[in-house]
Amino acid sequence: MNTLVRISDDALARACGADALAAAFAQAGAMVERVSSWGMHWLEPLVEIEGQGFGPATVADVPAILQGSSVKAIGRIADHPFIAGQQRLTFARAGRTRPLSLEDYAATGGWLGLERARAIGPARVIADVIASGLRGRGGAGFPAGIKWQTVANAPGTRKYVVCNADEGDSGTFADRMLMEGDPFAIIEGMAIAAHAVGAQHGYIYVRSEYPDAIRKLEAAIALAAPVIAPFVMEVRAGAGAYVCGEETALLNSLEGKRGEVRAKPPLPALEGLFGCPTAINNVLTLTAVPHILAEGGAEEYARLGIDRSRGTKPIQLAGNIRHGGLYETAFGITLRELVYDIGGGTASGRPVKAVQVGGPLGAYIPPDQFDLPFDYEAYAAADALIGHGGIVVFDDTADMAGMARFALQFCAAESCGKCTPCRVGAVRGVELIDRIRSEATNGGRMRDAVEALPQMHNAPRDGRSRADQIALLTDLCDTMKYGSLCALGGFTPYPVMSALRHWPDDFGHAVEQPETADGL
Amino acid sequence: MSREERLGAIIARHARREGPMLPILHDVQAEFGCVDDAAERAIASALNLSRAEVHGVVSFYHDFRGKADPRPEVQICRAEACKARGVDALIAQTQEAAGSRVRLADVYCLGLCSVGPNARIGDTLHARLDAAALKHLIEAA
Ligand SMILES: Cc1cc2nc3c(=O)[nH]c(=O)nc-3n(C[C@H](O)[C@H](O)[C@H](O)COP(=O)(O)O)c2cc1C
Ligand code: SF4
Ligand code: FES
Repeated sequence: MNTLVRISDDALARACGADALAAAFAQAGAMVERVSSWGMHWLEPLVEIEGQGFGPATVADVPAILQGSSVKAIGRIADHPFIAGQQRLTFARAGRTRPLSLEDYAATGGWLGLERARAIGPARVIADVIASGLRGRGGAGFPAGIKWQTVANAPGTRKYVVCNADEGDSGTFADRMLMEGDPFAIIEGMAIAAHAVGAQHGYIYVRSEYPDAIRKLEAAIALAAPVIAPFVMEVRAGAGAYVCGEETALLNSLEGKRGEVRAKPPLPALEGLFGCPTAINNVLTLTAVPHILAEGGAEEYARLGIDRSRGTKPIQLAGNIRHGGLYETAFGITLRELVYDIGGGTASGRPVKAVQVGGPLGAYIPPDQFDLPFDYEAYAAADALIGHGGIVVFDDTADMAGMARFALQFCAAESCGKCTPCRVGAVRGVELIDRIRSEATNGGRMRDAVEALPQMHNAPRDGRSRADQIALLTDLCDTMKYGSLCALGGFTPYPVMSALRHWPDDFGHAVEQPETADGL
Repeated sequence: MSREERLGAIIARHARREGPMLPILHDVQAEFGCVDDAAERAIASALNLSRAEVHGVVSFYHDFRGKADPRPEVQICRAEACKARGVDALIAQTQEAAGSRVRLADVYCLGLCSVGPNARIGDTLHARLDAAALKHLIEAA
């Protein structure tokens, strides 16, 4: 018998050389099976032979691995502390199944949730989802069951289910891993949602930066079509616009329009895609549903977590971290545990300076606040957000004023342009930070030609000092926070203000000089 | 087939879908390397929209471009997690290696944020890049 070698075909593993590795094993006479990724990304490509792991493996390691004598051996994968320490529900199949095998899916509990949903009927499905305490995993944390109930009760015969797979946040890849590793789970979640709300059509909107995910999903939908009928669904590719992750912009984009944010109300649950009632949910939200619907799943789900944050959260450990990857656990875990115990500190070996949680719109958190528990309300109270659960670690070489500037520049580049605080504010914010950091004017600014006109009685007499500029930046952030139509403009102040609050030296405070009124 | 016929075939392929605009634009760009004025006009008339409406959509998204550019494109991730792993320090050498032969583009996250810096060429992704690996990629593009 040839040795059975299991290697992931996830995009990350492939980008790290998994395809060449698989070919080398096949060449050496092994039988190769391509499975989903376990999520231990620092070990990818990870090779599994009879439960034993080897990684990160290269083509040169193939002979030694087949002889069982490789220095890349990590022992039994399922017992690895990174895996054994997790509470995996959404990612229960990660590393264990072939993504496009209906047989593997059914053998691991697939379709049980859908079968029970069909048996108990829409009202009890919604009651179960409400009882589980499941909140939207895409960012806002809105209770999924309540949203479904609104769609179910909305008048109209044509309704839609839309899966938000835009995953634009830096530091996040859980949606991508599910699309590539367990696509039937998303399809089952959508079919259950469709059954609950009375929808016949579903769309999954995937960003164009994820070509592997798009191909996998298309193949999976074709295979699963008879199981989910009469519900039909299709994949739509985005076209490179971060704001299309915002649900109303996403609907506009699906309809073939510019991805501009719509004012709410009307809620998409009442007037969504093509004006019809629409349930729009994140990939992780929908993928949690089959488990919840299976026998006893709702109680088990509700038992996990803390306070109003129930169940598990797939957390993505990224950036400058030694053990980066996917870590699913119940709410309540702290950043300290995640960054140091599980993540092993920085990959560079230098001290941690900051962690950004929740993507490009999330706050930068300094190490002295790492005991904050992972919980929607606790983060909101600390002027931070959990978002999609991405954690990006920075070491002490990071320039936080530069990161604040990047946040504003990103907002300017990705703004949909609908409202002024975001469209104009982000551009002005970049300019302000440049001036604050400018050595030439020592962070200040001279009066310009217009301000110097004698008619301009209220213009600053002496130009603006660095302190004035910072006050202006703070004021601008307030305007963006309270005046923006959506969270792109509304949350960009989080990374900017947290960077300014915790690392003022990076903005040049340390070199603050006494203000002088000369030069005019 | 003439250019018009190929364009027409793409539009016809998607015309019966709900909201066919993005699928059409993706296919047009894949076929012709861009969505130019003639394509915008053809799409507008097929979907019963004004030319301005189509142009508004094309210009909104980063993926579409109005003019074909036959150079190979290397997209480098410049988002936070790749910054934390040092991508910015690689850019100067990268530009030098690319010269005018290769088109460099910024991209904001390829979903490989734990193994950056990362790049994309066509549908192929490359992870764990350092200066030498990136230079090699660009020269081979
Ligand atoms: C700028 C912006 C980008 C967003 N990007 C995403 C995204 O990539 N994926 C996602 O699921 N939700 C994203 N959201 C949140 C969605 O608007 C919406 O809350 C979510 O799709 C609802 O699904 P859920 O209740 O299951 O979380 C984004 C919101 C904003 C304001
Ligand atoms: S905040 Fe920005 S992205 Fe959101 S609606 Fe306003 S302009 Fe558009
Ligand atoms: S931040 Fe570069 S791949 Fe995600």
